Amino acid sequence: MTVETMEPNLTPKDFASDQEVRWCPGCGDYAILKAVYKTLADIAVPKSDVVFVSGIGCASRFPYHVSSYGFHTIHGRAPSVATGIKLANPDLSVWVVTGDGDGLSIGGNHMLHVLRRNVDLQILLFNNETYGLTKGQYSPTSRVGTVSPSTPMGSVDYPVSPVAFALGSGARFAARSVDTMQRHLPVVLKRAHEHRGASFVEIFQNCIVYNDGAFDDFTEKAVVDDTQIHLEHAKPLIFGKEGEERGIRLKPGVIELEVVRLGEGGIGIKDLLVHDETNRSLAVMLAAMAPPDFPMALGVLYCDPAPGYETLVRDQIEEAKARTPNGDLNALLREGYTWTVG
Amino acid sequence: MAGNAAIDLTSPPRQEVESVVIRFAGDSGDGIQMTGGRFTDVTALAGNDLATFPDFPAEIRAPAGTTYGVSAFQINFGARNIKTSGDAPDALIALNAAALAVEIRDLKPGGVVIVNTGGLAERNLRKAGLEGNPIEDGTLSNFRVIAIDISKLTLEAVKNSGLNKKDALRCKNLWTLGLVYWMYDRDRQPTIDWLNKRFASHPELAAANVAALNAGHAFGETAELADGITPYTVAPSHFAPGEYRTVHGAEAMAWGLMVGARLAGLDLVFSSYPITPASGVLHALAKLKHFGVTTFQAEDEIAAICAAIGASFAGSLGVTSSSGPGMALKTEALGLAISAELPLVVINSQRAGPSTGMPTKTEQSDLYQAVFGRNGDSPLAVLAARSPSDCFDVVIEAVRIATKYMTPVIVLADTYIANAAEPWLIPNVDELTPFPVEFRTEPEGFHPYLRDERTLGRAWAVPGTPGLEHRIGALEKDYDTGNISYDPANHQRMTDARGAKISGIADDIPLQAVEAGEESGRLCVVGWGSSYGPIARAVGNLREEGHLVSHIHLRHIWPLPRNLVRLLRGFDKILVPEMNTGQLLTLLRAEALVPAEGLSSVTGKPFRISEIEEAIRLRLGG
Repeated sequence: MTVETMEPNLTPKDFASDQEVRWCPGCGDYAILKAVYKTLADIAVPKSDVVFVSGIGCASRFPYHVSSYGFHTIHGRAPSVATGIKLANPDLSVWVVTGDGDGLSIGGNHMLHVLRRNVDLQILLFNNETYGLTKGQYSPTSRVGTVSPSTPMGSVDYPVSPVAFALGSGARFAARSVDTMQRHLPVVLKRAHEHRGASFVEIFQNCIVYNDGAFDDFTEKAVVDDTQIHLEHAKPLIFGKEGEERGIRLKPGVIELEVVRLGEGGIGIKDLLVHDETNRSLAVMLAAMAPPDFPMALGVLYCDPAPGYETLVRDQIEEAKARTPNGDLNALLREGYTWTVG
Repeated sequence: MAGNAAIDLTSPPRQEVESVVIRFAGDSGDGIQMTGGRFTDVTALAGNDLATFPDFPAEIRAPAGTTYGVSAFQINFGARNIKTSGDAPDALIALNAAALAVEIRDLKPGGVVIVNTGGLAERNLRKAGLEGNPIEDGTLSNFRVIAIDISKLTLEAVKNSGLNKKDALRCKNLWTLGLVYWMYDRDRQPTIDWLNKRFASHPELAAANVAALNAGHAFGETAELADGITPYTVAPSHFAPGEYRTVHGAEAMAWGLMVGARLAGLDLVFSSYPITPASGVLHALAKLKHFGVTTFQAEDEIAAICAAIGASFAGSLGVTSSSGPGMALKTEALGLAISAELPLVVINSQRAGPSTGMPTKTEQSDLYQAVFGRNGDSPLAVLAARSPSDCFDVVIEAVRIATKYMTPVIVLADTYIANAAEPWLIPNVDELTPFPVEFRTEPEGFHPYLRDERTLGRAWAVPGTPGLEHRIGALEKDYDTGNISYDPANHQRMTDARGAKISGIADDIPLQAVEAGEESGRLCVVGWGSSYGPIARAVGNLREEGHLVSHIHLRHIWPLPRNLVRLLRGFDKILVPEMNTGQLLTLLRAEALVPAEGLSSVTGKPFRISEIEEAIRLRLGG
């Protein structure tokens, strides 16, 4: 990834492959694809150094539509394949595209380990709270009571929160955005790309066929001001329509967040929490916020870089080579006791 | 009791023997495997040919003194060519009651048994399930018994070491080894050097162990042993000239992978999940980072193979290794590697199954799994190693096939091969023929499923190469573009191409040789894998008696060598001994349409030569 080899002035459409996109009309994946094209054009990494890796599911068709290198693998295993790619060539920009079923159900174990190892990947988890490609069964992120072909009386098991899962797994970068937020999403994706180590991005994605409107409670135009908080590092946690601003503060006496109205009871901006991307405890609390009691936290919840796994692995290899240079295979085979006949 | 050269004059004369089988046995905490390893080293240095069989329980530290906690190590060594670790031992060294109870049934009638009477207290006998003391109750009347209180003599030998009683007693394996060294005229010095190196940071432990070793040896020189017990000499074997070492299967696999990657011109990424008995390969390679090897201990078997596939996609040689149950988990990803047509080497150190089975016991029952065990028509190449040192050559051959044909290759080894050791004429790596990989770099006319006309292997274009950006995956591809295709005729064409690619490998491997005997006749014994040794010895013994019997041993399980069917059809009878219930047998019957018969043994132990001899005699007599 050297400056000399950069392809100048790539536009978003240069990243479109020649393959017809086959998602359902109106699927949120189209919007995410568009935001990814824009991001790739902005970050100006040569197309030949970019790899998209996916598992199985609607989201996992993604690599076919990006004109970089791509590998559509098997259900849930994209993080593992991507780990192997980075071990073989740490210089590649590797993006994992997965869904709530692929990444948190069948592939939950790999997601845990790729995050704790901190492999330098951008992991985009399209969360639509349903199994689209198998026709609408409930997923591990579906809310309790979800009626689906496999849960006709409503689901009874509790959902997993993707960002909370990522933070709990030791992720050093966790962010959130929404498919249709075409200004917000590329900024988040760019941050994910800049972050060295595993970057986890949950993207709320509308499944128009099996779970239409699942996120309307915080993505409908009419409610966004009251139900979304856009996080910015070192800025106070503030949201709401102009003149009716509200904020987030620590509830006195307990480790809990609360929403407060600015100006009420003498509360001012100085009373609000200031977002600190490097504060894991704060990130965990922000990840747990959800409408109707709280706004949905969007943007970068947590970013505290540490060396990536593939870098540390390479470093050990280089250290071993420096300690024992000129590895000679013939000498290796003759280490220990040998004897000569004749 | 320091060694004194003059004492040798009073020792009984040594009896010369051509080969000997001895078995060390004791509690799993007694250091039996280490003891066997040291005996192996000095025996190799004495110039004997040898084969070993470590046999230990799955429990790391089973409750002391129990029969299921017995660990054993058998070695067959001699002046003649050694092909197996031996059937019945000539000598048994039993460090505790449980070892004596379990192992005595295998000892040859008239064999020597060295018993530690210090391990035969009432309590030990009860734990071993023995009703009486075997030394007194006639159990050992068919054997020549050396009953010594090794525990007590060890404590005396190391009393000045400053060790507490428990640690001092742990030296009893070295005391015993000293005695056995005297019996078989072995040189102690390499073991003394080894102990000093091993316990470099604990010189008191090194000194105590050396003292125990010397004391055991001196005991042999000075003590009046029972009637009929003499020390032995075993003359050096006749090896071809060259430099030798002993090698374990796991080491040979690790080194073969490194050399194979070097011959292909690729970096090696070895990705594995710990599993008995395959972990040895991971351990061996993890120590070789200075050769540029990348090792990855994945979170599970699936991640291990998937990371290896990712590494191959990115232009390294991806390798994974496991054993039966782990192989089952890798099955879906093997299908991905077949569909994506990426090179991949998968080593299966087979163990006794089904399911978890007997993790530390050997079997060769994953042949069906390797050849047939995937969804869809999903052919790949399968090779089998016949011995520890053969692993080196077989793994290199696997790398050659994987990279040339863009295919996964499964190498079948087993518990016995992975753990056993034998002498090895060390090859000169510089004299091996390289098979360099050429990545595709030319964008003109490229698509990812563009096939080499001769091998049908597809173009390998590595991410990072400008102009060759492409997408692959596990969905069916169009033959002419590599894009997703559900076209009926195209699926037929791609299925045929994948099949033809693998079956075409048969044109690129040696014709099947006949190991021993004529190329046609009354009876041929066909084997694969680690049953090589017992089959070769059984056939050799019967041929020496004048019987016309041949031996064919397969390295290439899939595809089979081109001339195999013709060879098989030249025999009236075909006998297929396998440590399974007839898996190669099924394959040969299906492929060659011959009335082959099986000989099955699934005891968790290698075949005995005698059981194969018996099966051959039965067929020759009929």
